[in-house]
Amino acid sequence: MTTRFFGAPVKRNEDRKLLTGQALFVDDVELPGMLHIAFLRSQVAHARIRRIDVSRALARPGVTAVYTAADLGEYWKAGPLLVPPPPIEGSIFNARTQVPLAKDKVRHVGEPLAVVVADSRYIAEDALDDIEVDLEILPAVVDCEDALNSATHVHDDLGSNMAAHVRQSKGDYRRAAANAHLILKRRFLYEHGISSPIETRGVVALWNARGQHMTIWDTTQAPVFVRNGLAAMLGLGERQVRVIAPFVGGGFGPKIMMFYPEEVVLPWISMRLNRPVKWIEDRLEHFFATTHERGQIHDAEIALAADGRILGIKDVFMHDTGAYDPYGLTVPINSQCTLLGPYVVPNYDSTFTALFTNLPIVTPYRGAGRQHGVFVMERLLDLAAHALKVDPAEIRRRNLIPPDAFPYSNEIIFQDFQPLEYDSGNYEPVLDKALELIGYDHFIRDEQPRLRAEGRCVGIAVACYVEGTGIGPYEGAKVQIQANGKVNVATGIGTQGQGHFTSFAQIVADELGVDVTDVDIVTGDTDQFSWGAGTFASRGAVVAGTAVSEASRAVRKKALKLASDVFECSEDDLVLADGKVSITGISQKFIRLGDLAQRANPMRGAVSPGTEPGLESTQYFGPPMGATANGVHAAIIEVDPQTFDLKILKYVVVHDCGTVINPMILAGQIHGGVAQGIGNAFYEKLSFDEQGQLLNASLADYLLPTALEVPRMELDHTTTPSPLNPLGIKGAGEAGAIPVGPLFAQAIEDALDLKRNEVELLEIPLSPSRLFELTRMARVR
Amino acid sequence: MQVERHDIELSVNGTIYRRAVESRILLSDFLRHDLELAGTHVGCEHGVCGACTILLDGAPIRSCLMLAVQANGHELSTVEGLAGRDGELHPVQQAMHDHHGLQCGYCTPGILMTMTAFLKQNSEPSEHEVREALSGNLCRCTGYQNVVDAMLAAAQTIRAAP
Repeated sequence: MTTRFFGAPVKRNEDRKLLTGQALFVDDVELPGMLHIAFLRSQVAHARIRRIDVSRALARPGVTAVYTAADLGEYWKAGPLLVPPPPIEGSIFNARTQVPLAKDKVRHVGEPLAVVVADSRYIAEDALDDIEVDLEILPAVVDCEDALNSATHVHDDLGSNMAAHVRQSKGDYRRAAANAHLILKRRFLYEHGISSPIETRGVVALWNARGQHMTIWDTTQAPVFVRNGLAAMLGLGERQVRVIAPFVGGGFGPKIMMFYPEEVVLPWISMRLNRPVKWIEDRLEHFFATTHERGQIHDAEIALAADGRILGIKDVFMHDTGAYDPYGLTVPINSQCTLLGPYVVPNYDSTFTALFTNLPIVTPYRGAGRQHGVFVMERLLDLAAHALKVDPAEIRRRNLIPPDAFPYSNEIIFQDFQPLEYDSGNYEPVLDKALELIGYDHFIRDEQPRLRAEGRCVGIAVACYVEGTGIGPYEGAKVQIQANGKVNVATGIGTQGQGHFTSFAQIVADELGVDVTDVDIVTGDTDQFSWGAGTFASRGAVVAGTAVSEASRAVRKKALKLASDVFECSEDDLVLADGKVSITGISQKFIRLGDLAQRANPMRGAVSPGTEPGLESTQYFGPPMGATANGVHAAIIEVDPQTFDLKILKYVVVHDCGTVINPMILAGQIHGGVAQGIGNAFYEKLSFDEQGQLLNASLADYLLPTALEVPRMELDHTTTPSPLNPLGIKGAGEAGAIPVGPLFAQAIEDALDLKRNEVELLEIPLSPSRLFELTRMARVR
Repeated sequence: MQVERHDIELSVNGTIYRRAVESRILLSDFLRHDLELAGTHVGCEHGVCGACTILLDGAPIRSCLMLAVQANGHELSTVEGLAGRDGELHPVQQAMHDHHGLQCGYCTPGILMTMTAFLKQNSEPSEHEVREALSGNLCRCTGYQNVVDAMLAAAQTIRAAP
């Protein structure tokens, strides 16, 4: 294969539609006779439902129907457990999954109580005010530490608020600690916010009674699972349900939760009324009805040798899972595993307790718990560096896993149920590059003293991470050369801006000798491809990309075989390029791929036994385990000592995600991840009161970073191919977001010289007001 | 309950539309669902995210913060009208494509409308001026860097145009 497109910064095929307003998003679906839906949501976090009276709403002109849980009858069921707990000995896991409409009890603000169907969304919302709800309000469990011993239980039948308890360990921490030169112990708080895609969620359902067929447009990251699940719930065969995830306006994790109540309720209503129905989440609903990631409290300790080498780490943490736990243990397991980072940690003892609270459900959001673990590890190393008087970059270097140690086993179980084993990596050059790009030595030696002398507070930071990516189980792809010479590719994953229409086309174009623009990719339409898991865990390019590659290769073989029959020559004498197959050295002797595709589907003559008609192939790829990417972020940040406002003077990311398909798309993924990381580190804070009310549920109050807060970033890469797939790719979607929290904490501490005042930044998110509080508390002390 | 409707006439991308609308219908909903110009996107409906930005008599406004009746008699421009009739992309659209200034593309129409108006006013902006002009449009995918680069490049193209 002569590489032409693979690895090049090819501009995106999907841009034109998006730039001209022609791309179809779920809310753009308009159908004749469509009715509109609004949900009545609980305004309190915890209550027993005494009575819901919908009679006044039903009487309102323009209202077709109003339903509560009782109307759903047999259809009312708690959702499935999406991810069962990994097989870790001694684990406790209590599954309590969300319901379509609350019955008996509401467990978080925003949980749906009733649904109105009307001629317009305006009328549907009018009718919400007509519904009378009588609730017996209960005390709310809000803080996950309090949840442990609270007499109030989110799920009455459980007798406690414990969702899970898991311990994983390697080596013998106690023995390691007994021989340690230094042991440091701290409490860390890390809260991740909400993903806030600019497109909120939405569902359109269309039941065709004559055809006995259901079509659902859904802003989901996992259309195939949604189809299979809904078919089962609706009593239909999978072929009777088509789920389309069209253009989706950002996902970042929460759009893969299943099943959201709205996804379950809308198809049922469409069948019952025999009318198409639409629901589009508004921004206020999004703050409660779409899943969050939120917080963990870690009590962690590190045991060190005198030279700064890690002897062991012990961590006990609490994880807030919200009112239900449909996503199993994915988030806390990721925290537990990713804490270890790129470092040699010979002894590790990690225990977590996941707790139910009366807050919205927690599921993965870009990073998916990895941030929490990385924050603990990176902060422990900073504390250790300070205590041992070792440079923060140097203590990291001393602990990096050496390049000859791969594959490197961490002896614990990862979220994909496989042993946590790093497939490949070469960590030190990544650190070196980052230090060089940020000008680490120069800054510490020359710049910082000069700036300090001018009275400016400027600090530097460096943080490392690994990211488990590209996990199984599998994805597939169907590649077909069409009679018009264009190549059609269908895959089961959804796409939310990752550039799959281009990166997959690059793989195909090289294999089949066509232009990237002649490859049409279809993602997220179960009628086009109905096998696969979805877009999550930085796995799209790794897993579906490999399937696309394998299928293209099979089609290439078929095309060459057929052409060799046509020309009566050996396949070795054929060249596949520029959309045609020609004979080596005789370029005028050629057949176009489109003509070849037609010949492969003849009107007369036999298709010989053992061959298939058409130039088409479907292939699947399932990696044995996830591929581990890694990287280092470094930053120079200035802090205003009066207002605690920040200015990022320089930001560097050096990243190794194996072989790169499209460096332009990769850079975009990193930029976007860092921007979300910055929001998480310093701007976005979910403020709940003690009743479980979110006090800042608007984009005016929940501060997403703008173009003024996100700095220009300098990126660089190293390439350590993954041995786990033939292309050598590792995932990259989440990397930008992961280490920003500890980077900010480290840089701000350095800028304000907080260590001198014995102020330690052990929590995320930070903010100007929080920095003011922390430094003032220190002064008082 | 009789719903009162108001006759309005307005121009969108040079086409005149006459409709009878309920007084409470948001301009964003009117454009998207009545006129089926769904390129204008809605992200927050409280005037913060900027996705629904359109031009009203040449000036950028949030179409979610206006009622359709208030647009009576005005000239509106939306993303659908940016490219030439022959399909040639506007320099701002072309630059966004060239610099990978969009990922999911949902916030993109609002950015395009805000920035075409801005670059008309200031065709020689500094990076900071671009960032300031862009700061009323939230994007969750790109981290803004490529959008900023696209706008600096578009400014250059616009300046060089005859």
